[in-house]
Amino acid sequence: MEQMIAFLTDPANWQDQAGIPNRLIEHLTISLLAVACASAIALALGFYIGHTGKLQLLGINLANIGRAVPSYAVMVMLLPVMLGLAPVLGYDPQIGLRFLPIFLAMLFLAVPPILVATYAGIQQVDRDLTESSRGMGMTERQILTRVELPLASAVIVGGFRVALLQVIATATIGAFLAGGGLGRYIVDGIALRDNGMLYAGVLLVAGLAIGTDVLLSWLQRRLTPRGVRLATESSPTTAELA
Amino acid sequence: MIEIRWDWILNHLDDVVDKTWQHLILLLIPMVVGFAIAFALAILAMRRPGTVGPVTAVTGLLYTIPSLAAFAVLIPITGLTLMTAIIPLTTYTLLILYVNTVAGLRSVPPEVNEAADAMGYTHTSRLLRVQLPLAVPLIMAGVRVAAVTTIGLVTVSAIIGGQLFGGLGQFITEGLQTDFDTKIYLGAMGSVVLAFLVDGALVTLQRWLTPWARARSEVP
Repeated sequence: MEQMIAFLTDPANWQDQAGIPNRLIEHLTISLLAVACASAIALALGFYIGHTGKLQLLGINLANIGRAVPSYAVMVMLLPVMLGLAPVLGYDPQIGLRFLPIFLAMLFLAVPPILVATYAGIQQVDRDLTESSRGMGMTERQILTRVELPLASAVIVGGFRVALLQVIATATIGAFLAGGGLGRYIVDGIALRDNGMLYAGVLLVAGLAIGTDVLLSWLQRRLTPRGVRLATESSPTTAELA
Repeated sequence: MIEIRWDWILNHLDDVVDKTWQHLILLLIPMVVGFAIAFALAILAMRRPGTVGPVTAVTGLLYTIPSLAAFAVLIPITGLTLMTAIIPLTTYTLLILYVNTVAGLRSVPPEVNEAADAMGYTHTSRLLRVQLPLAVPLIMAGVRVAAVTTIGLVTVSAIIGGQLFGGLGQFITEGLQTDFDTKIYLGAMGSVVLAFLVDGALVTLQRWLTPWARARSEVP
């Protein structure tokens, strides 16, 4: 405990590349980049499946595979491939070592929860509402953006919440593969038998995850339309965990 | 580019069996302990609905902590023993098992409960003989997700487990350290295959536990 406070209050640990601010930025950069790329794929596919009801089986299977295949396994399997491809495709082997396997594993992990939340959120919108919107003369695009999307937004944010938490956890593991981020303090703390560094790493990583979770659950609640909030004020369901 | 040495795997089958066995032990102990805790808390939730909020919040908090941090936090306390892996693996199962068990018990239609009351069931026997069997599909859905998640997390625990624990994940760590792709792929693919096999076994178990669902689906 004292060692941890000593580590956290040492000014040397708040500057340069190995300092806490830079590690936090590294952690957030790769995490947000992965979630941004994943959402481009997942939202487009999710809108399509949710609005048209086609390709549902693909969505379910993707989600199941994503759950059964742990990010760590994906990351380590990609490592030899990305190192091997570096000379072929002409990128820096350092990127193949420190960035690509971790980033691609995150992408693989972040697509399923956002995709499932998007199409499930759009599908749970009352059929009567979409039918009457169509009757009022709204185009398919208008129905999607003005009716289905607002009503599904809270569920979609729930998917982002799951994805972001898993990506933050994956970035932590990425430190074991020479990646940056706050996980470095845990991996290096174990290697150097420096309990102060180890505990500081645990505290920072857990704090980042919990902070993200609190922020997104607040956003989720804010985005729920008031009428829906009143109608569904009950305990969490399994759908939220899926 | 990637060379898998099948001969190496064939020559080390005893090692593969040992590590698979340990993987299963590290799955089984946390699942059993986690289920016992989650189940007790779910029974409590049926008697005192006010406990659901706080219990969900605490188990949710435990679930939110990234896995590597959860494994690392115990090293200075429990040292490099199996407990360092078992404790976080157990806490990770709680949220999923608890939420699904509560949802399952609550999914029983009120008229079924009233019929049981009218037939003279006591509160406890109604819970065990009416509500619990009807909750099995949702409980098993939770067990499947928790089991598959735990298998993945055992693999991650190898990062701190050294020579001692981590199941098939130990192949990954050793493969990374010695730059031996065969071991990396053996560990990674092994844990994925194990997850699918265990999930399949749990589906079979669920069919066996709910014979009425099968009977219903077979009737045209």
